[in-house]
Amino acid sequence: MKRVALYAAALGFVVFAGFPFYWMLVTTFKQNRDLYVGASDLSHIPWIFNDPPTLEHVKLLFGQTDFPRWVLNTLLVVAAVVVITVAVAVPAGYSLARLAGRWGERMGMGIFFTYLIPPTLLFVPFSRLVSLLGLQNSLASLILIYPTMTIPFCTWLVMGFLRSVPWEIEEQAMIDGYSRLAVILKVAPRLIVPGILTVVVFSFTLVMQEFVYALTFISSVEKMTVSLGVPIALVRGDVYHWGALMAAALFISIPLAIVYNLFIDRFIQGFTMGAVKG
Amino acid sequence: MTPRRTLADREEVLGGVMLAPALAYVILLVGVPFVLAIVLSFSDATAGSLRFGWAGLRNYAAILADPIFLRALRNTAVVTIGSQVLVVVLATAAAQVFRTTFRGKRFARFVLLLPWAVPVSLAAIAWTWIFDSTFSVINWTLKAAGLLHGWLYWLGEPGLALLAIIIVQAWRIFPFATVIVLAGLSSIPQEIVEAAIVDGAGFWRRLFQVELPLLLPVVTVAVLFGVVYTATDLGVVYILTGGGPANTTHVLPTLAFQRGILGADLGQGAAIAVFLLPFLIVVAIAMLRLARRAEVGAR
Repeated sequence: MKRVALYAAALGFVVFAGFPFYWMLVTTFKQNRDLYVGASDLSHIPWIFNDPPTLEHVKLLFGQTDFPRWVLNTLLVVAAVVVITVAVAVPAGYSLARLAGRWGERMGMGIFFTYLIPPTLLFVPFSRLVSLLGLQNSLASLILIYPTMTIPFCTWLVMGFLRSVPWEIEEQAMIDGYSRLAVILKVAPRLIVPGILTVVVFSFTLVMQEFVYALTFISSVEKMTVSLGVPIALVRGDVYHWGALMAAALFISIPLAIVYNLFIDRFIQGFTMGAVKG
Repeated sequence: MTPRRTLADREEVLGGVMLAPALAYVILLVGVPFVLAIVLSFSDATAGSLRFGWAGLRNYAAILADPIFLRALRNTAVVTIGSQVLVVVLATAAAQVFRTTFRGKRFARFVLLLPWAVPVSLAAIAWTWIFDSTFSVINWTLKAAGLLHGWLYWLGEPGLALLAIIIVQAWRIFPFATVIVLAGLSSIPQEIVEAAIVDGAGFWRRLFQVELPLLLPVVTVAVLFGVVYTATDLGVVYILTGGGPANTTHVLPTLAFQRGILGADLGQGAAIAVFLLPFLIVVAIAMLRLARRAEVGAR
């Protein structure tokens, strides 16, 4: 009896969380005449394929829209933001954890708190700043601004990660005659690899998800990223190509979800800030 | 020892050099814009020109007399509180389920995390389709189950549209909260739970009198992030309703965007966004307190 209740509850959560994705899947592969039947027609069940599935919407998405272009744009921004974030946040995290002494913790928390300042508070001044720099409607604006979201969180992540790495290895290297700088350049990078990987994944997912800044800075369709182009530019006037829209949402969500599953525990350690002792 | 060697060993120099780029980024591109956001709210700046004049409290006077703004302020509070209440209930319940082992758990966990992994804008467009006025699968299902006799225009009627927004916000945040609560559950010392069982406490008693009090800090963390993510979110409302029908479902971010960017009135847009600050300050203070308590507890 208890098992039944458990499975029922688990099923309930899975249905609530997963139902929009099932709906994306069904919509992506349905023929139009199966898709656009009013919901008041109770004899037509929308949950299943009443006609054979079709690749029509997928072909439309990849062949006749700017979707492939948006994917490329997104990957370009991802690559640049990841490089900037790793180059800036990893040394900063190391500095706070290993070199800064007692005020490292406070400073790290100060930097982390800037992560709480949301894009919706900053997009107005940024719109001004971006046009002053002549970067409006360019991917460069996103590459410049996105690290403001990744650097604070990633610095904090690296700092927390280094706490769990024993100091003895670096200490031993110094006893063996390495200078402090040589330890940082030659010994530390090997120790931080998993931390760097987390930084890469966090930056990647954040860039894939960002919407507010892209909406503010980018106006032409060929410069858009996926998260902006799909909901804004795939809708032509009042015409929603629901099949193609859901196909795009599905193809972006699934890889992201797989990556998330692998790294969730590391992200969570960052979010709980020591309120949970692991 | 050579001087070069000393420089390579001076921790405060190395530390400063390694920290400087991150600090510069945060100060120049978060700190300065943050100050600018507040300064702009007292100005008559527009997007078209680079002119910048002092406007005093005029922007604030204008928005405080504007029923659309007051409605947006109320909507922000309603959506934030409503969705977070749902999140706490769903997340504590889901955590109780996912702490046990059952067949298919890995798949269930994967599905559970989907709403948090998907980009907000893509989730919102999927929900727009789900709530469609003609093709809503929710309406079909309710009708087929005999629970609905009329018709629900989800995004066309203010009350229902707000409810839809609350559902979507709760849906996208509860997986994240669940994982945080699970992390908290796994850190409760097993002896405490066992002692409670030995003392004869049943499931509910254990949950409410032993575990939930111990979980409070962790649930608070989840709610604080939830508040930030919901109160400051633009995507869900922008895509689901665009603030409509007739400007009844605006929240602060969408209204700030409409006035500040689309309407090119940077001053007023900034003033609207400034009203997000109280939400954020409450969150920041609560987090600092928690962090201090964790520090004390660790000693």
